[in-house]
Amino acid sequence: MRTLGIAAIGFTVLVASAAAQKMQIQGAGATFPNPIYSKWFSEYNKLHPNVQINYQPIGSGGGIRQITGQTVFFGASDGPMTGQQLKAAPGALMHLPTVLGAIVPVYNIPGVTGELKFTGELLANIYLGKVTKWNDAAIAQLNAGVKLPATDITVVHRSDGSGTTYIWVDYLSKVSPEWKSNVGVNTSVNWPAGVGGKGNEGVSGIVTQTPGSIGYVELIYALQNKISYGTVRNAAGEFTKATVQSVTAAAAAAATQMPADFRVSITNAPGKGVYPISSFTWLLLYENPKDKAQAKTMVDFVKWALTDGQKYCAPLGYAPLPDSVVKLELAAIARIRTS
Amino acid sequence: MRAGRAAGDLAFRLGTGLFGLVLVLLVAAIGAELVRQSWLSIETFGLNFWRTSIWDPVAGEFGALPFIWGTLYSSMLALLLATPIALGIAVFISELCPNRLRPPLVFLTELLAAIPSIVYGLWGIFVLVPAVRAAETAFPQALKSLPFFSGPPFGLGMLSAALILAVMVIPFTSSIAREVLKSVPVAQREGAYALGATRFEAITAALYYARTGIVGAVLLGFGRALGETMAVTMVIGNSPKVTLSLFAPQHTMAAVLANEFSEAADDLYLNALIEIGLVLFVITLVVNSLSRLLIWSMARSERQAAATTVVPAAESAA
Repeated sequence: MRTLGIAAIGFTVLVASAAAQKMQIQGAGATFPNPIYSKWFSEYNKLHPNVQINYQPIGSGGGIRQITGQTVFFGASDGPMTGQQLKAAPGALMHLPTVLGAIVPVYNIPGVTGELKFTGELLANIYLGKVTKWNDAAIAQLNAGVKLPATDITVVHRSDGSGTTYIWVDYLSKVSPEWKSNVGVNTSVNWPAGVGGKGNEGVSGIVTQTPGSIGYVELIYALQNKISYGTVRNAAGEFTKATVQSVTAAAAAAATQMPADFRVSITNAPGKGVYPISSFTWLLLYENPKDKAQAKTMVDFVKWALTDGQKYCAPLGYAPLPDSVVKLELAAIARIRTS
Repeated sequence: MRAGRAAGDLAFRLGTGLFGLVLVLLVAAIGAELVRQSWLSIETFGLNFWRTSIWDPVAGEFGALPFIWGTLYSSMLALLLATPIALGIAVFISELCPNRLRPPLVFLTELLAAIPSIVYGLWGIFVLVPAVRAAETAFPQALKSLPFFSGPPFGLGMLSAALILAVMVIPFTSSIAREVLKSVPVAQREGAYALGATRFEAITAALYYARTGIVGAVLLGFGRALGETMAVTMVIGNSPKVTLSLFAPQHTMAAVLANEFSEAADDLYLNALIEIGLVLFVITLVVNSLSRLLIWSMARSERQAAATTVVPAAESAA
């Protein structure tokens, strides 16, 4: 009995001393940035072996709920929180863009191998169920020289709530007033047409198998799985292909009018060489967190991620933040109270 | 000594009784929690939640009818397809199959039940859906005017969902039906043969004897189909629509929960999703209660039939 007691005391001391050295931070949220966040946390752990950051990719909605309930130290979301959601949080929350992603239109048309050109309006009309044949004049006009069949268009969308959908419909409502008034923007919407696939893999699975289908997936997913995708006309009138460069360019174009809280949509961004269906993904942090030690560690980590950490983006298919945005963010982080 | 044994008996009875009570409390607690968590939606939509068809997270308008419809329709269709096959398997294995073939066949049906549903789902996407699409494309135009076969051939949709559910339900129904048939007394069969019954007639008699158990087996399969999530969401097309068409993409309650729960940040939206869970809970409860009631009334009418045949015999003996 006595030895057991001593052992227990010894064990508590051991655990306590380990806790003093090790800093554990919990976070939860969006699935889209999970690969780059995991990479960052493990690289940062190599540099600072006492810091361990755990991230649960439970979805943006879950991340917002968890940070609002203060069950995690930081949240992450693909869509900015609404004013109402921010009010529901017990303290002031800060949005910090970390990386950029893009959504691309993928299609499967029998006999068409080349790259198709789309405009935002055309994509909206296809997803509204108004353009229903591949040889529709609206498509043929943009793609002179491509032999388009008279096949029905099968519209494929995500069935699960997702940040990918949020970015896609956010773009569609910027370019189509009809989409904006009839459907709107959210992580899942009341789709006027088509079938739903679960996840990027569900959508791409249906598209690759269904002749005459069109869908949308994240750029990383299309790159990793070598799915061909179309170009989209940007606000400056150029047909742009989604690349790491054209996505970063979209953020740089938006940076000139960046609001102080970073809650900005950069779809259909102005400027040349910009891919129009791009978006930030955000970390959510309290400006005045309860645990100051964790806050200090987290601030150090974020500074590293925004600067040195950005070099891990491109190999994983994410676009790095433009320097102008990083500069604004480094200034904003100073607001987080670490003492 | 005796008193000690009686006390042990009592403790055992109380202990097991307590475990039984835990089960009741658990079900009640789940129900209460579902109501509590979905209160905002219950308050906002009331009964309209059950009978409206618009599911619009942007506008904050939620109606569960297409999901209720999709769940019940797909499960019914699956049952319709699976029951004859499952009973056929059960009869073959328990009555007609050569002894050497029995263990591998039993093993195979049980293996089907052990395959994870995500595997069924992937098989559905890559094998079943293209086959269904081909069949739908080749479907005679004349029949397409029927409400069951209207709409473009997506492949994804109610037909694929019903087929995959049927495959998943078959091992459950057939395993239990087989066990039930096994429990039919040998005297029953021997009696039938003694009266000059053919093999078919003897099997029919055995099936009739085991009917309550077989109904139970079928309803267990129905319960399985109602709650199936992953495989269905991968092939049903996830489009909330109330339609009879087998070719149309539709949606189910379990599927919409799996799809939208993680990203639902808005309070009303989350409450509406939990209310879908509540509706599924209530429907499962009702289906199970009805099946209990059916089995109970069948058993009772059997007992009555037995009683009425016994009484005159007793009288004549007196």
